[in-house]
Amino acid sequence: MSSLIIMISAILYLSILFGIAYYAENRQKKGKSIINNPLVYALSLGVYCTAWTYFGSVGRASQHGIEFLAIYIGPTIAAILFWPLLRKLIRICKTQRIISIADFVSTRYGKNFSLAILVTLLCVFGIIPYVALQLKAISVGFSLLSGVSSSGSGLMQVAADNSFYLTILLAAFIILFGTRSIDASEKHEGLVAAIALESIVKLVAFLIAGFFVTYVLFDGFGDIFSRAANDPELRKLMVMEGTVKSSSWTGLILLSFLAVYFLPRQFQVGVVENMDEKHIRTASWMFPLYLFVINIFVLPIAFAGKLLLGSGVDGDMFVLALPMQHGAQLLSLIIFIGGFSGATSMIIVETIALSTMVSNNIATPILLRAKNFKAGSDGKLRNTILNIRRFSILVILALAYLYDKLVAQHYSLVSLGLISFAAVAQLAPAIFGGMYWKDASRKGALAGIATGFVLWVFTLVIPSMVDSGMIQSDLVNEGLFGQAWLRPSALFGMEGFDSLTHGLFWSLLLNTAVFFIVSINSRHSAQEIYQGEIFVDIFKHSSTGESNVIWRGTAYVPELIALLANFLGEEKADRIIKGFASRNKIALDNRKADARIVAFAERVLSGVIGSASARIMVSSITKEEELSIDEVFRILRESQHILELNKELRKKSTELTKATEQLTKVNEQLRDMDEVKDEFLYTVTHELRTPLTSIRALSEIVHDNPDISEEQRLHYLATVIRETERLSHLITQVLNLERYESGRQKLHLDSIDINSLVHEVLESFEHAIKERKINLRLQLPDSMVLIRCDRDLVRQVLVNLISNAMKFVEDQTGELVISIRPDDTEAMITVSDNGKGIARELQELIFDKFFQARNQTLKKPEGSGLGLAICRKIVEMHGGKIWVDSEPGKGSRFIFTLPIQ
Amino acid sequence: MAKILIVDDDPNILMSLEFLMHKNGYEVRVARNGKEALDIVNKDVPDLVLLDIMMPDVDGYAICKHIKSTAKLKSTKVVFLSAKTKESDIQKGYDLGASFYVTKPFSTRDLMKEIKDLLK
Repeated sequence: MSSLIIMISAILYLSILFGIAYYAENRQKKGKSIINNPLVYALSLGVYCTAWTYFGSVGRASQHGIEFLAIYIGPTIAAILFWPLLRKLIRICKTQRIISIADFVSTRYGKNFSLAILVTLLCVFGIIPYVALQLKAISVGFSLLSGVSSSGSGLMQVAADNSFYLTILLAAFIILFGTRSIDASEKHEGLVAAIALESIVKLVAFLIAGFFVTYVLFDGFGDIFSRAANDPELRKLMVMEGTVKSSSWTGLILLSFLAVYFLPRQFQVGVVENMDEKHIRTASWMFPLYLFVINIFVLPIAFAGKLLLGSGVDGDMFVLALPMQHGAQLLSLIIFIGGFSGATSMIIVETIALSTMVSNNIATPILLRAKNFKAGSDGKLRNTILNIRRFSILVILALAYLYDKLVAQHYSLVSLGLISFAAVAQLAPAIFGGMYWKDASRKGALAGIATGFVLWVFTLVIPSMVDSGMIQSDLVNEGLFGQAWLRPSALFGMEGFDSLTHGLFWSLLLNTAVFFIVSINSRHSAQEIYQGEIFVDIFKHSSTGESNVIWRGTAYVPELIALLANFLGEEKADRIIKGFASRNKIALDNRKADARIVAFAERVLSGVIGSASARIMVSSITKEEELSIDEVFRILRESQHILELNKELRKKSTELTKATEQLTKVNEQLRDMDEVKDEFLYTVTHELRTPLTSIRALSEIVHDNPDISEEQRLHYLATVIRETERLSHLITQVLNLERYESGRQKLHLDSIDINSLVHEVLESFEHAIKERKINLRLQLPDSMVLIRCDRDLVRQVLVNLISNAMKFVEDQTGELVISIRPDDTEAMITVSDNGKGIARELQELIFDKFFQARNQTLKKPEGSGLGLAICRKIVEMHGGKIWVDSEPGKGSRFIFTLPIQ
Repeated sequence: MAKILIVDDDPNILMSLEFLMHKNGYEVRVARNGKEALDIVNKDVPDLVLLDIMMPDVDGYAICKHIKSTAKLKSTKVVFLSAKTKESDIQKGYDLGASFYVTKPFSTRDLMKEIKDLLK
């Protein structure tokens, strides 16, 4: 394939990244972040998979078999611990505005400069080879694909080297999207979006390669594995053998576990760019899933490479070489782009993380010391620092490029990567110790990391350089100073391990031991104690983070604002200080700054130039007094106390809110009840007025008109008597209902035969039924139906329902059916009529008291309007149900149930 | 002789009012519900209507409204007789143009006095 096509494809791919990054930043400006999303967060963690995964896993699998999986098992274990571990890291970094791993270590140990520099150097030395490795992968892939190896020498070689131009393009991208804002604690939205996209691209491309190899070149997994099993050499790759293997297995798992937390790029995407702690939950299953999926085809490709390509081809390039061998041009290009995306995502993030460290911890402090920063006019310093960061990016990429050209040719992809892992692993004791052990000290961290650094160089870097023939030395064979027990690959006589496990073991062991011993034996400064307290108990302190500080001295608000203005511009500096003051109710009228404002200004500055530099900047404009350790403890105790008080207060206040809510609710209920009661009373009196009206009118007529006929007089008086009866019946019903509803009515339970009760009730209707020629049908069981109930009350229900039915049916044609259907748990009693029925929408409402009265269209001349309400109440008191089933025009069926026991 | 229409769904009240009006020399028509009442006022022109409000079909308010909006009934007076005693109900009656609103139960003597005044 022509170099031009590959080059154009790569540039096209990079422009897509530019586009995505640009789009994401635009969205952010509109307040619609696309990276504030658990999916994007989890995908961005996929930056763990670099060209090393893409090409190198197959290479390693083709040599060591399933051992390559260790590098993914470690991260999987790490992901399980994301919620406790990563969340704590994130919380600490958010509250302390920590922007890099070097910043983390230096902030924890009293904002110490030398530590920041040491960690930065360690990272740079450790990671540059790793970046170089990505460049190497690109250029090797490039020349394999194009069939042209970059030859020539010196400048000519560089000029003809395609990876050189791609590196420059990458640098432009990183500078454009990585150094937008001076506040490094602000999110790089565009970058993260691009990285998440790259994670998808490399995954898809690798899966395509896997499918091609497994299902096009072979007949699926089974085919590849059975053919590999027939090859004695390949069969060995399928199993783990011997103790040496298992120790290196353990070493790799530990190493990759630590890498997920401490590789600068992982720290960048996992901690610094995290938008929301909740995203961790999704990431803790999605990230391992991602690793699993991207590794599915590694063994098949490795075996296929061995089977089809022979020994002439480097295992690292099997992924690309297999489709090329079969002439699949477009496919090869896609696969190359996949690997390219793995490489670029790593280079981008790693370079940003490293450049932030270099500029904040090395370059900026030197600059600040050399120049009088106060002289810098508004915004000038800000540009200077951004330029430093841009320059650092170029330097790091240049170093990586040189490393690739001069050194990396001698190594395989994976061994370079593992040495990098081992470098950052040296930070583990100081960081974990700092997160969980309050007595960890600055001196301990310094001594531990230095020890680990030295041993890392001695046991891992030097032997590999000697191995590759870069340096000539007898050191490896003879030992340091000719002492056999000081041989780099068999320190203290420990032999039988592979060099990585051996080096990792000794460097981490001694690192931890020195860290521990020195920490215990060193004096802690007030700053260290304070930071230790905050870091270890971050979940207790993050809520009061802004309100307690250990600082005493004199500082002036205008000077603080001027200091911040150097970096942020005057307008923003003024705004955030005033914002902080009003948030925390600190008066700004006093020129002298409150200690909290000083601490806040320092934190803001840390986000820009790192904590160590920020410390120096702030102390340069303030007159500080050293606090004694006793005072620090006192402040801590006080803040703890305040915290507890706050908690107590919060609890009290939620209790109060709850109580208020309950009161409001009760009040509402009371008001509702009052309304119901009012309405009830109104309806009752209304119902009473009607008979009263007739009684009064007729009585007055009889009284005032002695001349009326005897017959008329008797008729009027009879009416008065009937209306009086109606009145007293109504009063009894009202009182009954009130008694049932208030719960004052006790049930007198007896075993009653409902069958005979129905007969008894019907006796009182017998006369009317005969007279009106109503057709009565009974559907009662032959045997007794015993129910525990209050005889008088159930009788009342039956009377009410039957008399209602009688009211609705016509003479002659009227039909009344009463049925009882018992089952195991309850008896169902039905009273049906063929009257005019009840409209569907009213069927539930008729059980409300005085429903008729309130719905005048239904008003009937007879009845109190309370009968059904009383029935319902009685049935409910027995634990039964009552309802009506009616079709307008055809009649109604009133049904109620009573539990048998 | 003045014509009076009595509208009430309670037969006993109807009976007593009918007696009273006869006794005082008025020409009486009775209606047991709203529909009957509307039929009557559409054919005849009573001088006064004694009107109950709560009835099964058409309520007294509606009948009053009909009377007040019918040209030929413009001299017909309306007296409500109702068990509705809330201030708002009474106000509504007057708003619809009633001449008088009597709450039940009422004194027959007072009622007759009012009616006589109204029909003078």
